Amino acid sequence: MERLKSYAFVLPILLLAAIGPSVFEMFGLVQISNFATMALAVLGLAFVWGFLGVLSLGHAAFFGLGAYAYAITVINLNESSFAVMAAIAVPALFSVVLGYFLFFGRVSDVYLGVITLCVTLVLYNFTSATADPSYHIGAAPLGGFNGITAVPQLNWPGDAEQFLEVETTFRICLIVLALVYAALVALRRSSVGRIMVAVRESELRSELLGYDVRLYKMLGFSVSAAVAGLAGALFTAVNGYVGPSAFDLNQASQFLLWVIAGGLGGLAGPVIASFVFQYVSTYLGTSGVNTDLVFGAIIMLFVLLKVRERVPALWGRVLQFRRPARRVQAFTPSARAVESGE
Amino acid sequence: MTAILETRGLTRRFGGVVAVDQINLTVNEGELRCLIGPNGAGKSTLFKCLTHQLKPSSGEIRFNGRDLKGLAPHRIARMGVAIKNQIPSVYGGLSVRENIWLAARRTHYGRALDTTVAKALTEIGFETAERTAAKVDALSHAHRQWMELGMLLVSEPKLALLDEPTAGMTRDEMLKTVRIIQKLNQTSTIIVVEHDLEFISLLAKRVTVLHRGRVLVEDTMDKVAQNPAVRQIYLGSQWQPPTSVPVQ
Amino acid sequence: MDQTIVLLIAIANNIALLTLISLGLAIIFGMMRVINFAHGEFIMLGGYATVLSANHGINLWIAMLVVAPLTVGLIGFVVERLIIRPLYGQIITTMLATWGLSIFLIGAVTTIFGNTVLGVSAPLGNITIGVYSVSIYQLVLIAITAALVGACLFVLNRTRWGLIARGTVQNPTMASAIGIDPTRVYAMTFMAGAALSGLAGGLLAPLSGVIPQMGAAYIARAFVTVISGGSAMVIGTLSAAGILGPTVAILSYAATPVIGEAALLLLAIGLLRVLPRGISGLWQGGR
Repeated sequence: MERLKSYAFVLPILLLAAIGPSVFEMFGLVQISNFATMALAVLGLAFVWGFLGVLSLGHAAFFGLGAYAYAITVINLNESSFAVMAAIAVPALFSVVLGYFLFFGRVSDVYLGVITLCVTLVLYNFTSATADPSYHIGAAPLGGFNGITAVPQLNWPGDAEQFLEVETTFRICLIVLALVYAALVALRRSSVGRIMVAVRESELRSELLGYDVRLYKMLGFSVSAAVAGLAGALFTAVNGYVGPSAFDLNQASQFLLWVIAGGLGGLAGPVIASFVFQYVSTYLGTSGVNTDLVFGAIIMLFVLLKVRERVPALWGRVLQFRRPARRVQAFTPSARAVESGE
Repeated sequence: MTAILETRGLTRRFGGVVAVDQINLTVNEGELRCLIGPNGAGKSTLFKCLTHQLKPSSGEIRFNGRDLKGLAPHRIARMGVAIKNQIPSVYGGLSVRENIWLAARRTHYGRALDTTVAKALTEIGFETAERTAAKVDALSHAHRQWMELGMLLVSEPKLALLDEPTAGMTRDEMLKTVRIIQKLNQTSTIIVVEHDLEFISLLAKRVTVLHRGRVLVEDTMDKVAQNPAVRQIYLGSQWQPPTSVPVQ
Repeated sequence: MDQTIVLLIAIANNIALLTLISLGLAIIFGMMRVINFAHGEFIMLGGYATVLSANHGINLWIAMLVVAPLTVGLIGFVVERLIIRPLYGQIITTMLATWGLSIFLIGAVTTIFGNTVLGVSAPLGNITIGVYSVSIYQLVLIAITAALVGACLFVLNRTRWGLIARGTVQNPTMASAIGIDPTRVYAMTFMAGAALSGLAGGLLAPLSGVIPQMGAAYIARAFVTVISGGSAMVIGTLSAAGILGPTVAILSYAATPVIGEAALLLLAIGLLRVLPRGISGLWQGGR
């Protein structure tokens, strides 16, 4: 029973996939498809940060790599199935290489965050600087700041001419979201998942019990990268476009905000938060208010609220109606900082 | 009797301080060795060196005849060396059962895993479901120590290093700990750091005295207690070696 | 020959630039263990302070060397009170909060001044070396950076204030026991770091002009330099800049600036694999 309950969140997603096309107009369907791909991406971060305590500030890097990998492959091969596979494989491989240096180099949490962020920034600068037509991979020009346009949509596997309808793409996005959610819940419940949580709780103890902490971290990092890459592919397929903005700092900060707002340590919360904030963001976009201003303030507010135990009493009084959250405290895996001692 | 652990010239420096100084220690298979010495004698540092939580500055550690040089801590753990640090290092945010499960999981699979966990929980006195589901952070000091011993039990180590397993315990609690350690000793070689004399006399046959990072003497408890050098270093400290084993 | 001189100037320039954009970040990180993600925006605000005041008739040198650090130092004072202090000691949380601040500041500046490039022209003109032309202002920038490094070292190591600050960082409890208020020391340190970032922004404004998003152009390089440098703030940053700067200069010269920046990151990641505590780890011993 309890086991089924942890999977329950797939039901509303699947329900939306079933009834969506008969409720929403074309525009709404595309928009929700977009939201769903972003929600998929944030699942990867919610997993690696919440379960393993690895804060990757460069989650957007994997999302962007997947998006570009999809665009480049589908333009060259005219077959979206291969492109989706490439979009999973490229970021996953990249994360293994990066993870090798970061985890096997025993780089601290803080440096890990900073380096993953710098990787994202460098990818942003790199893709922005590829306007010259000499930057192309096969038939796909990288397009610099304007990105790659007119990227083919998803097609029926094996039939490159037969593009999927908007309704089908909508359903695929939501079903993939539900499947990945279920897969991550299953992973969390498995032996490997329990060991990952143990690594988050105490690296030292896990190591003294004979678990290779570095390997588990790298594994989780790669899983999150693969999920982000898949999300990037679907995003590009829905929009027919990918540009450097996929690697942009705002993008990276949105992922973090959704996890913080949705609750670190869970999976359903960040997905819901991503839908809410994306809706707010599109609404603000049409109302003329600067979204950076609003979201910057929201991020600061949420971060300060989550650590209200240490914030002066005023916050506490304002927030008394909230029940105390039983989540990972203050974004830092608790025991580790104490044990490493320095 | 074959040696399970041998150190040759093991040294660990912190800047100018030599915490462990040229230690040659041999422990035989099945033995229960007690390590004593005043504060700062280098006992905990020695343990951390043996498990590579600290990298030795020089010297050699052989476990089952194999040189441990360059091995990561988890590799040493997999060879069968388990440690209970002086400061409890457990998964505070997880339940008792989860802690034990994680310790057993490396060596047990499937049904055997479940039965081992259940058995260990009984052995350390956590029978009821309510107690095994409790978060470790909510446990009393003694219970946390027992749970950590339980983690050692289920991992079935060849060599268990226990750093002050009875610190802060009442006499009854200490006696229960002695029983758990005796149980562990049936299958594992044990080195234990302790201050409690009654505990030592109940358990240890051989005692090694460390002083200022070096081995001062190594002998039976009675002989050690009568050794003038040992009496000298403890003179004036709270710890007075007794002339006879306390009455029980 | 001329080419060599120009390349040497380019290398010196890169070292100076990396040092200049990293110094404020390094001081705040080294002294307070706070990773300031709004560092790029502090630079940006320094740039705006310079450009706006110069365009309102204030002497450019005063705008760069006085107005910019003063303005950003004051902003730093407010930020420390509102965001840094309540989260003190929680590195990751502070990092996230300052990230929010960074986005907020970009939004605020865009709302007030618009999303366009503002600029002032670089002073002092050029000199020619053979067929090459070198901006005198860039040479002045190298000199100013050298002076700044000297000043930081002097303040930290030779003054009463530096001693108090270093003591507080070493042991805050002990410091308060001898009558120093650590909170005040941290506030001052954060202000000083912010002012240095503002100064960097002021000095760079004539070269690049200012837009609200300009911080992102510097932040990766500044972070990489600071973490490669490690815990010895000034010397560590300087030596990291000394290693990374030439690499970037030569690669940017031979290939493109983007390749140079990518190489900077790769070099830093490789460096951290060997020296997890940065270059400072080399002479600070330990494990």
